Amino acid sequence: MAKLVDDFREALLSSDTETAAAILAEYLVSKRVLDFVEEVVVKTLDQIGDGWEKGEYALSQVYMSGRICEDLLEKVLPDESGLRKGRQKIAIALLNDYHALGKRIVYAVLRAGGFQLIDYGRVEAEELVRRVKEDQIETLLISVLMLSSALQVKEVVKSLSFHHNKVKIVVGGAPFRLDRKLWQEVGADAVGFTASEALHLVSQLEGGSNNG
Amino acid sequence: MVNQKMTSMQRVLTTLGHQEPDRVPLFLLLTMHGAKELGLTIKEYFSKAEYVAEGQLRMREKYSNDCLYGFFYAPVEIEAWGGDVIYHDDGPPNSGNPFVINPAMINNLKIPEVKDAPCLIKVFEAIRLMKKEIGDEAPIIGVVMSPFSLPVMQLGFEAYLELIYNEPELFKRLMAVNQQFCIEWANAQLEAGATAICYFDPVSSPTIIPRDLYLKTGYLVARQTIGKIKGPTATHMASGIALPILDDLAETGTGAVGVSAVEDLRKLKQVSSGKLSLIGNLNGLEMIHWSREEAERAVKEAIARAAAGGGFILSDNHGEIPYQVPDEVLLAIAEAVRTHGNYPLKM
Repeated sequence: MAKLVDDFREALLSSDTETAAAILAEYLVSKRVLDFVEEVVVKTLDQIGDGWEKGEYALSQVYMSGRICEDLLEKVLPDESGLRKGRQKIAIALLNDYHALGKRIVYAVLRAGGFQLIDYGRVEAEELVRRVKEDQIETLLISVLMLSSALQVKEVVKSLSFHHNKVKIVVGGAPFRLDRKLWQEVGADAVGFTASEALHLVSQLEGGSNNG
Repeated sequence: MVNQKMTSMQRVLTTLGHQEPDRVPLFLLLTMHGAKELGLTIKEYFSKAEYVAEGQLRMREKYSNDCLYGFFYAPVEIEAWGGDVIYHDDGPPNSGNPFVINPAMINNLKIPEVKDAPCLIKVFEAIRLMKKEIGDEAPIIGVVMSPFSLPVMQLGFEAYLELIYNEPELFKRLMAVNQQFCIEWANAQLEAGATAICYFDPVSSPTIIPRDLYLKTGYLVARQTIGKIKGPTATHMASGIALPILDDLAETGTGAVGVSAVEDLRKLKQVSSGKLSLIGNLNGLEMIHWSREEAERAVKEAIARAAAGGGFILSDNHGEIPYQVPDEVLLAIAEAVRTHGNYPLKM
């Protein structure tokens, strides 16, 4: 299995979609698609996320890897298959910020990890609160790049608490990476410093635990 | 020259020549704080060249800053290309939705006339006003987005990454138009009175793309572009890391590099010594919560790691200090440089 993960990782890091697709096709001859997600995709994206955190890989590689996995999985694990995870209602949003890359990466990684989630795109704090309530979201991922946007998470948390909403809020993005206490300051339940951390946090929240 | 009081210009030029000046130069790269100084909103402040020039001059006085910063906000270039700028009350203006909504549009992009674009004319005017006041006392830093990094705002980051990987011909065409614009924009700022150009190129950082891809893209673009800018340049990674490409950056013709708070200044100095000056690397986000003691400690540590022998300008890690950083912290940084930054260093 380690060699399979190594081969898949190398294909993703060099944006070699054909090789990545061939590895998936060969795997599916004898095993199930959800096993591929757990045994190969999640492990590989973890390694790539860790490598980025350590400065070994670049953000473009994290992005392209997530996108390739997302595309591969869309073909073999469409929403209508009923196989996707998402016992809880999960949504992701870019909070009043025009820097969409981080959100796109996390969305791709969660999709590649087999989850079903709603993408709110770029929203203002007030609209985000309204949609979370309307859709009865249980886990909300908020991505930002600007400090001013990160600070607006406070408003979202305050407003949702006022309405006794129990949604768990996971934040991520550059301000939270550079100031490691900021996520607590804005009242988030957890922070993901990489997309694969976000994937694990969502998995944990699905299981009912919360490790911020 | 040591221990004699230098002008900011002498101090900066000496350190860029890899010699020790009288003290470590301080570049507080403040943009929005000028609005606070003048009691204006950020949007009002950037509406007139006079405000920005006045704000910069006041902040230089207040913080003993060794430069004036001609930078308004990153999307000023996008405004010139016809894109939208979104203002915030407590943060820098952002570019709105990308105006290149389909990569095929790259073939028809029309390069803005830099001397006719009202938003850029305002920048030239602010530089002229600053130059009139400051003369050769302190450097005025002009700013351009690199042709390689500008597309993040033109296309959006995701579409741009996919273009780099999947559309080599369109990428080449985009670089050609952006290079022409960047060179004209940089040289017009120099003509207006800027002393040097800060070439913001975060996409070239190994934080964003791997070095092998950089060598085929951002590196070549930087070499060609910087070679045609008629003045000294410093490349800024805007919080991205630089260590793995420091030697490559030196080959692009740039004289200094703005480095990240996540990198060790001592290691950077070992590699850059004599080749590139370092600008950095105080953590602008952590600065928001610093006490005076924390500010002093951070300044002392940066100086101890990188200032020996010159080739070092103390600054933040991003090239733009957050609006939320209190004046008291900036004053504490300035005081710490005056106390601990005198050559010969005592640490």
